[in-house]
Amino acid sequence: MSYIIKGETGDWEVVIGLEVHAQVISKSKLFSGASAEFGASPNEHVSFIDAGMPGMLPVINERCVEQAVRTGLGLKAKINQRSVFARKNYFYADMPQGYQISQYDQPIVGEGTLILDMPDGATRAIGIERLHLEQDAGKSVHDLSPTKTMIDLNRSGVPLMEIVSKPDLRSPEEAGLYLKKLRSILRYLGTCDGNMEEGSMRCDANVSVRPVGSTDLRTRCEIKNVNSVRFVMMAIEHEAMRHVDVYESGGKIDQETRLYDSNKNETRTMRSKEMAHDYRYFPDPDLLPLEFDDAFVAKIKSTLPELPDDKKARFISAYGLSAYDAGVLVAEQDNALYFEEVANGRDAKLANNWVTSNLFGVLNARNVPITESPVSAKNLGRLLDLIADNTLSTRLAKEAFEIMVETGKDADTVVTERGMKQITDTGAIDAAIDQIIAANADKVEQYRAGKVQLIGWFTGQVMKATQGQAAPALCQELLKKKLEV
Amino acid sequence: MTNLTSFTIADARDKLAKKEFTALELTNAHIAAMEKAKALNAFITPTPDIARARAKESDARLQAGKAGALEGIPLGIKDLFCTEGVQTTAASHILEGFVPQYESTVSQKLRDAGSVMLGKLNLDEFAMGSSNQTSYFGPVKSPWKAKSLADDLVPGGSSGGSAAAVSGYLAMGATGTDTGGSIRQPAAFCGIVGVKPTYGRCSRWGVVAFASSLDQAGPMTRTVRDAAIMLKVMCGHDAKDSTSALLPVPDFEAALGKGVKGLRIGIPKEYRPDGLNGEVAALWDKGIQWMKDAGATIVDISLPHTSSALPTYYIVAPAEASSNLARYDGVRYGQRVEGKSLDEMYGKTRAAGFGTEVKRRILIGTYVLSAGYYDAYYLKAQKVRALIAKDFTDAFEKVDAILTPTAPTAAFGLNDKQDDPVAMYLNDVFTVPASLAGIPGASVPAGLNSDGLPLGLQVLTKRWDEETLFRVCQVIEDAAQFPFLKVPA
Amino acid sequence: MSLDKATIRRVATLARIEVPDAELEATATKLSGILSWIAQLSEVNTDDVLPMSGGTDLKLPWRADVINDGGIVDKVLANAPEAQDGFFSVPKVVE
Repeated sequence: MSYIIKGETGDWEVVIGLEVHAQVISKSKLFSGASAEFGASPNEHVSFIDAGMPGMLPVINERCVEQAVRTGLGLKAKINQRSVFARKNYFYADMPQGYQISQYDQPIVGEGTLILDMPDGATRAIGIERLHLEQDAGKSVHDLSPTKTMIDLNRSGVPLMEIVSKPDLRSPEEAGLYLKKLRSILRYLGTCDGNMEEGSMRCDANVSVRPVGSTDLRTRCEIKNVNSVRFVMMAIEHEAMRHVDVYESGGKIDQETRLYDSNKNETRTMRSKEMAHDYRYFPDPDLLPLEFDDAFVAKIKSTLPELPDDKKARFISAYGLSAYDAGVLVAEQDNALYFEEVANGRDAKLANNWVTSNLFGVLNARNVPITESPVSAKNLGRLLDLIADNTLSTRLAKEAFEIMVETGKDADTVVTERGMKQITDTGAIDAAIDQIIAANADKVEQYRAGKVQLIGWFTGQVMKATQGQAAPALCQELLKKKLEV
Repeated sequence: MTNLTSFTIADARDKLAKKEFTALELTNAHIAAMEKAKALNAFITPTPDIARARAKESDARLQAGKAGALEGIPLGIKDLFCTEGVQTTAASHILEGFVPQYESTVSQKLRDAGSVMLGKLNLDEFAMGSSNQTSYFGPVKSPWKAKSLADDLVPGGSSGGSAAAVSGYLAMGATGTDTGGSIRQPAAFCGIVGVKPTYGRCSRWGVVAFASSLDQAGPMTRTVRDAAIMLKVMCGHDAKDSTSALLPVPDFEAALGKGVKGLRIGIPKEYRPDGLNGEVAALWDKGIQWMKDAGATIVDISLPHTSSALPTYYIVAPAEASSNLARYDGVRYGQRVEGKSLDEMYGKTRAAGFGTEVKRRILIGTYVLSAGYYDAYYLKAQKVRALIAKDFTDAFEKVDAILTPTAPTAAFGLNDKQDDPVAMYLNDVFTVPASLAGIPGASVPAGLNSDGLPLGLQVLTKRWDEETLFRVCQVIEDAAQFPFLKVPA
Repeated sequence: MSLDKATIRRVATLARIEVPDAELEATATKLSGILSWIAQLSEVNTDDVLPMSGGTDLKLPWRADVINDGGIVDKVLANAPEAQDGFFSVPKVVE
């Protein structure tokens, strides 16, 4: 599914690399003991270190080191046992030190891979260039005063992992899939909550275009801080079109940082970044090189969960699911866990159907995560058992499920309270059949004359007569006996 | 009665314990001396009220038998150490009025040991200078006078206020910081003892940073013993400083008096360049003789990269400073000059807030780190720095300590025109190599030149071996029979 | 090594220090003097030498992930030239 922009001069291909800033899950900041939690009142989560006071010094948070290594392992990446913190020097009102402590030429994690799950079930490997640790800046608030910008340093020093992809992505859709997959992996690992709305996962997209068939990279633009997967895709699409338009009208693209405006669906030059960049990186003399041994990495490795790719493969082989279904289920670890609890010892395909269509439908409508599902995996499993042992028809089961969603009661209680048991007493069904046969002699005639598809109509009548509680398979069996004498 | 300011820390400690006088009396004597010597401009912010209050607390602890290691000892604190509730300026206009809400680890340790802070001492702006002439709050005058010169003398720098206060008997001791010689050179100029311990001995937390990989605090006192007493209190591991050593603090005072018998003392040939001041060279020879007389073996050594140390330093230090001083932007503290835009505010604030030498070093530092020049300057300097450090490592395979002059000259006149920055930088030629290597160094007053001005000898040892450093310093002190300081009547 | 006025202007902008046009020339001369003196380092052979970036060869200490700081808004803002409603404030920035 190649993504081609049809221009006036020919076909263009888009080349995308993503830089994701993922907030590390930790209690305190990367270099200070202030809370890293989101949402406090202004400057509440700020230490003298985070405020860049004179003489303040950074001390690295061990949890953040572990989380970076953990993420690196999850991305099947090279772990660098010696890395170096460097200062990235630039002035900005919410950058209290006048530099950001980051990693430059010696990051903690090197090259890795991320597998995209394409909609057609195929996969595509995207290269990870690097992952490094760095501190976040504070926040500038521009709309509180007509003449002033307000500075809140709560985020100053919050730990981030910058995860940089290689320019391997070729369409807005791939960029979207990449972000979703990365978010899924980070959540599995417990290293980032992936919440783009709260800014705990942010994305900068490097976009360029080139004529199809060309292999050289053209000038790219960096689109900053787009805060949802959908907007990233839209921003890329827009930016790629802009490049094509510029090239086709004989212009040239300047390498620059641009801001995406989701209201207007356009990108524009960031004025605050107009000044030529010269970050003057150099090793931070307040911090020695970050070093750890094999045992440290091995210990983290031993605690890694089964990650989405492995889980997907297992779901396909162990449960006979399609690649697509398995992909949907493993995207969120909690969904996969739920599914497995339901599927355990039951018909996996049936379990998949119930989880992905019935349950997900309810969860989407209510906008709650599966961990807050009104129907527990245990209860859904029991409902499936009642289908399997013919206690409930599919139709009854759906009714029961709706009641379970509303009331939170378990399947057995609902069935008992509502008297929903499927009628499996042949006597009661026989009586209903006899009545229907007697009242519909014409249809019986037609059936016997060969119009056997009428069996469906007869079954429906029996179900109606028994208020839906007759077991459909049993009805058909008994009907056939009586009609085919 | 003897003027109370004339005692050493060691003596005062004993006399306070014996209740020969009170901490308040001792402090009041120093406050009076500070008043009398205002013309020296040694203090930016005197804190007499705080001093008296703390002295009273000391007296209470002395009474209760709970005296700390420096109980009741009046000290000056270089105005580079942040002091809670007391203006801290780094001698810069940009920090004028800045009142830290925290206390530096070193000044806290001194306070916890019972010492009494007399005030905040003048220095070169952001510790950038060798004469204390770059202070926004005016230059410091040395208590010393040359026979041949009517003009006042510089105290050296950057810890010029510290050196002047201690040699002028305004404080029994003072904190200094040394980035390229800022403790040792002013100590030599003012005829006192100055010790720069191993990088990592004293916490840098709460000390306004100049060049992070070089900055190191240390004591400035009138005797070697006092320096040992004070350093023991100042150093020790601090979890808030990632470059602070997790090592036990030796009892430096206990090392004194062990002598140098059997020690090998290295004499580096590179420290005797053509044209070395004759009196400096002669004093150095005298020092070598003292070592021999005390039973040490003299070993001629070579530190081949010595001549590269100064240019290396003047890349590394400004580069780090350009980044360390970026935080002075008028946003969160200090002076602000308003502008129409944020960038204009930055540009005006920093232009007005920093003095000429500081701006010069920021610009140099910015340039050597900038795209296209990093490898040629900064990276090159880091490599040469490694060579300089290796010179010392190799030397300490052969010797236990190194003896050199501290500075190439004695103190110069306050109004000597020094228009060439490079000529000024040469003051630090003998002190900078040890700073780059991170090894401990001390300056001990060893004699007077023909103009009546003090000259110091510098002792260097390997990392973490301050004990040997103190042993050698003690032998020089004993042999030199300093002080020639003007003991107040 | 000689710096021109344009370079001084660029470096001063990077460092956010306003240098009046009238002072560019003199600043360029001073800095050029220092740089040409520094340039002697190029003669030192540093082949195969690893750069020394810090002042010590100790190991980097790590901190436990505990919250033991912050919650000091008043102290953080105590020295602010301008503050409002818990924020620092600066001239309006246009992004």
